[in-house]
Amino acid sequence: MFASLRGEGGLVAYVMGGDPDPVASLESIEAVLRGGADILEIGIPFSDPIADGKSIQAAAVRALSSSTRPRDVLEITREVKKRHGVPVVLMTYFNPVFAAGVGSFLDAAGRAGVDGIVVPDLPLEEADVFGKAVRKRGMDSILLAAPTTGEARMKKVVANTSGFLYLVSVLGVTGARKDLRSETVGLVKFARRFTAGKIPLAVGFGISKPEHVRAVIAAGADAAIVGSAIVDMVAQSAAGDGGALGRIEAYVRSLKRATLKGRPEAE
Amino acid sequence: MAPPGRFGKYGGQYVPETLIPAVRELDEAYSRLKRDRGFRSELSAMLREYAGRPTPLYYAANLTRRTGGARIYLKREDLLHGGAHKINNTIGQGLLAKKMGKTRIIAETGAGQHGVATAMACAALGLRSEVYMGTEDMERQRLNVLRMQLLGAKVHPVDSGAKTLKDAINEALRDWVTNLGDTYYLIGSVVGPHPYPTMVRDFQSVIGREISRQTAAERGRPPDALVACVGGGSNSMGTFYPFVRRKEVKLYGVEAGGDPDRGNAATLSFGREGVVHGMLSYVLQDGDGQISGTHSVAAGLDYPGVGPEHAFLKDSGRASYVTIGDDEAIGAFHTLSKEEGIIPALESAHAVAYALKLARRMKKDDVIVVTLSGRGDKDVQIIGHMDGFAI
Repeated sequence: MFASLRGEGGLVAYVMGGDPDPVASLESIEAVLRGGADILEIGIPFSDPIADGKSIQAAAVRALSSSTRPRDVLEITREVKKRHGVPVVLMTYFNPVFAAGVGSFLDAAGRAGVDGIVVPDLPLEEADVFGKAVRKRGMDSILLAAPTTGEARMKKVVANTSGFLYLVSVLGVTGARKDLRSETVGLVKFARRFTAGKIPLAVGFGISKPEHVRAVIAAGADAAIVGSAIVDMVAQSAAGDGGALGRIEAYVRSLKRATLKGRPEAE
Repeated sequence: MAPPGRFGKYGGQYVPETLIPAVRELDEAYSRLKRDRGFRSELSAMLREYAGRPTPLYYAANLTRRTGGARIYLKREDLLHGGAHKINNTIGQGLLAKKMGKTRIIAETGAGQHGVATAMACAALGLRSEVYMGTEDMERQRLNVLRMQLLGAKVHPVDSGAKTLKDAINEALRDWVTNLGDTYYLIGSVVGPHPYPTMVRDFQSVIGREISRQTAAERGRPPDALVACVGGGSNSMGTFYPFVRRKEVKLYGVEAGGDPDRGNAATLSFGREGVVHGMLSYVLQDGDGQISGTHSVAAGLDYPGVGPEHAFLKDSGRASYVTIGDDEAIGAFHTLSKEEGIIPALESAHAVAYALKLARRMKKDDVIVVTLSGRGDKDVQIIGHMDGFAI
């Protein structure tokens, strides 16, 4: 999934599918990709997103109010894949997958061109059968590790994830945070010991500024994941702020610039 | 044998990775302490001296005469401290939290009864408590909000989603994942990730054990039928569990049939398998797996999920799940008040309403035990509004 990167960090940018409606969300995605995101993470809106903070909860509410369905998000994915070669990771809670039937959901995701799937409420123990079903269809089953994941468990998670390891950088839910927690750098270094040479390490939750991105990349992460901060700008766009799409593009560009390892800062 | 935390296929731990070590720590602590003699004697002393156990098993002679059928007994959980069965669980988990060295307790509440019971147990045990409650529920159960505050709890209004119990659980889970170090999540029903459904059932099983003892003393054999309301399902699971292997005892769980125009909260009757709040169980949801809005006149039943062990009991045919609508429950609320001088919680009134129907179909010397899970003081205002009283 990170094949296109040569000696630089990757940027994974998150947009909620169908926020505030399917057509408009495609415009936000275009802005994110113009800004230079390496991987697009698309969320399927869910009524009860327990791992998400206010920003992404609000995005789900907007998407659901325009009656966005999982199939619409797959449709958006298909369109993005048609226009751009960018890898797309689907982020969904388990129930929408379960409701559709795991097999038929994954078939549809595969047909839409999804490259990997993250399910935040499906930890290692519950993800075994699911992971196999995902990989059988040529997609990656991306597992999460957290600050509470100890050494023995980290080994198992790393052995069972594919595509990359999604490292949750803080205790808590998604949401932009002003400062990078000092523990995050240590956490990235810890996780790096298990992923190095095996699988890319991407760090998310709370990362919202170029300096956060720079810090996690410098600590050894292969990529940074930014979601809520982008989603907040999508909210402005949804509220009729005509400049928001341009700001999304510029913001993503500033994040991408921060992933360029060893290059002097352009800002 | 199902693995621990599974009831057949139901249950499990569908929670974010961050919470896994916490649910494991809880599972280990609970497994250790439930066998610990000191913990058990401390728990039973508090249940006896603080909560007011055992509760009476009352023969409702007037109610029985009214139906002309089976003998109806009421298990008087409404007489417990706080006015509901919830205290059985909050004392148990509160003691557990204390042994685990946690100092801050968070809880969710729907009708407010679990919030009140949490606030009480925490005050008695010297723990801080914070309760999440949907703003819709805060509006209809204002008295309980005040009670929680008087008891020293901080009440956090939850304005997301449907603004009811399910959203309060989401918010409590988000708090827990953020404050794992010092915080214990004291869940109020037999729902959530393992070990909660098992642990809460165990703490509530004191209800069924007492019923067993009391009916054995009175007539030398168990009751013929047990009836209890099911929201998340804790009072019913606690009532049923000691009788699950005694096949001669029929088990009836009564769900909220709600109102034809406003919907229902009858998860086992109208839901499908799904994953919510960390468990695989029956869930009220749409075709895409979005969790449905629910309706019941009883805030404590207004929940789109249900304990996974109930899902298992339903599929195996061991328990029957039926529905009682708002109107019938309100009818039973009035009937019990006038016939027996007992004002039941609207939740429990669902069980009473079904028992009245069931009694007519059973023999005169049969015995039905209805768990009266709570008293109705909290609902007087709602009923008063319907009857045109300005309160």
